[in-house]
Amino acid sequence: MSEPRRTAPLGMLIGALGSVQNAVFPAAAAAFSTGIGGAGLWIGLAVGAAAIIIGTGISWLGWRRLTFTIGEADIRVESGIFSRAARSVPYERIQDVSLEAKPVPRLLGLVAVKFETGAGGGEDIALQYLTTAEGEELRRLVRERRDEEAAVASAADRATPATSAAPSDAEEGEVLFAMGPGRLVTFGLFEFSLAVFAVLGGLLQYADNVSDVDVWYDWLKQQGSTLATLGPYMQAIGALAGLAGLLIVGSVTGVVRTVLRDWGFTLTRSARGFRRQRGLLTRTDVVMPAHRVQGIVIGTGLLRYRFGWRSLSFVSLAQDAGNESHVVAPFARLEEIAPVAAEAGFRLPDAATDWHRASPRQRTDKAARDAAPFVLATIPTAIFAPTGLFLVPLSLAVLAVAANLYAWEFRRWALDSTQVYASDGFFSPTQAIATRLKLHSVEIAQGPLSRWRGYATVHLGLAGGTFAMQGVPLAEARRLRAAVLKTIAGTDYSRLDQAPRDQAFSAAQPGFSANRLVT
Amino acid sequence: MDHAPPALPAINAPPADDEGELTRLHPNYAHALRVRTALTAIPFLIGALVLEAITRDESLLPQGLIAGPVLLIALALIIRVPATRYNARGYQIGADRLRVVRGLLFRSDTVVPFGRVQHIDVDQGPLDRFFGIATLTLHTAGNHNASVSLPGLGEDLAREMREEIRAHIRRESM
Repeated sequence: MSEPRRTAPLGMLIGALGSVQNAVFPAAAAAFSTGIGGAGLWIGLAVGAAAIIIGTGISWLGWRRLTFTIGEADIRVESGIFSRAARSVPYERIQDVSLEAKPVPRLLGLVAVKFETGAGGGEDIALQYLTTAEGEELRRLVRERRDEEAAVASAADRATPATSAAPSDAEEGEVLFAMGPGRLVTFGLFEFSLAVFAVLGGLLQYADNVSDVDVWYDWLKQQGSTLATLGPYMQAIGALAGLAGLLIVGSVTGVVRTVLRDWGFTLTRSARGFRRQRGLLTRTDVVMPAHRVQGIVIGTGLLRYRFGWRSLSFVSLAQDAGNESHVVAPFARLEEIAPVAAEAGFRLPDAATDWHRASPRQRTDKAARDAAPFVLATIPTAIFAPTGLFLVPLSLAVLAVAANLYAWEFRRWALDSTQVYASDGFFSPTQAIATRLKLHSVEIAQGPLSRWRGYATVHLGLAGGTFAMQGVPLAEARRLRAAVLKTIAGTDYSRLDQAPRDQAFSAAQPGFSANRLVT
Repeated sequence: MDHAPPALPAINAPPADDEGELTRLHPNYAHALRVRTALTAIPFLIGALVLEAITRDESLLPQGLIAGPVLLIALALIIRVPATRYNARGYQIGADRLRVVRGLLFRSDTVVPFGRVQHIDVDQGPLDRFFGIATLTLHTAGNHNASVSLPGLGEDLAREMREEIRAHIRRESM
């Protein structure tokens, strides 16, 4: 298994298809620039053919020159046609392994395998296109190697974790969360989006005479005169119809986007960790080790909060398609979220949670600060602008104050024996929960205003995410810091992963941190 | 550990914490800050003098109306601000944690437990070397406060602290 291997040969076909796509433009340019009739067409075809041959050749060379080795302790990838690069990633540094199948590779039965190390986005190993079976096989192998390492390393420390002996066919763990088509459509309705108009607007820029103001002006004038003849009722009906149209377009966009992204969303729990599969055209398959979860975030939205819908994300060092955390339940009830969170070792806040409100002084200050620009804008408007216009900034100021007063309802924090909780948001609360033990530092930050008024923002160092509590009265902030620090300082970083918590599955991986300590 | 003599109650002295008195930084840090501010002010002064030279022929403005205020502001910044900034900073090293306090207007008070330190840097710029001071930086795995730096320590003290923290980490991970 330790000899260099190549990726799937079929992957070249995708490279070749890509080069066809790239060839179209130069070919067309060559054809048009040399005159479309007669010789020009042939020149264009020749240029296109040359581009395709060169592109295919390059993708073939790239395939020839890329090898990967599944070693004893690491996985190595050597690549490059002229300049060679060799990258090695030790198993115990791999945060998660994801399989991604875009539409074309999926037709050919290929997947891209990505190894996430949490070393800052985009710098990880990706093997473009193995066959699906190979991909699954490689993932299993990497996981086994990783666990072997852990088992060997921890043998001196304590008995081999029972889970490292778990057979690989325990892959298909229990389903923790799944979304059927009905749920998806509901989710899509809440994902209402008018992005389609932005896209249309962008496309229209390419069309001629659209940017011609006169054409639009004439059209508007014509429409306006037609409207004027309709009478007030018809005008109102027209406006309503327009709004309804917007609503329908936005909802349909939302549903389509959601279905494309989250079709067949399944979150399963296996011995190895959490596994998430989703996507209609581009199918992704991500596995996260459970003990790598640093914290959880329960998000919601302005409207969906009113209907009791929440989302759950896991914060870890790995990134998820550009996002900081992995969404593990995008649209669920709290009752559905609780068991998923429990699997990762987190308790949701309940009636017994001792929530502390943010300082009322902070509420007042923040409301005043947010309203101040509008109030300042009101004065010149009242003096110089036509009468009545000053009401606009004034009402905005009132709105800012009202929104801040309402937001205070959600600004809370809590601390219990093992976890910290923070909640924040303007119209709906976003809750973050972290394990006290897995925090890295505590900072009490104060600006000039908050120093005068005696409250502070408490920042907790969380690996892979941020955790802040706003408007905590200073004395409480100090108490909070003392309590959290007591927990943190009691356990060294190297013992974090094997903390004797209810994470029965979290195979200890001291190798992960032992290396880091040789600083 | 270096316990500075009880400091005079400075304007920006932090309120007494339940974690005790802060240790002051090396006095040379204030000098280093002063030199740094002076170096930053020089381009502005040159710019002001150039403007002065250009507008002299026009005789629109009385002499020194541009360079004068710039010079005054620079002097104020060089004389006043470094001392205040120096007074606002401090640290406290405990058995298992380091506390760093900094900031004039925006104060921040950070505690890093040694058990969470990933690696430690001791940096010295040319100016720092001249004044015999160094910056100690602790790196943690958290996204916020990924690196907490403590500038203005005596050179030897910084190395000593690094060894102490390192020894602590090794002891814990045994």
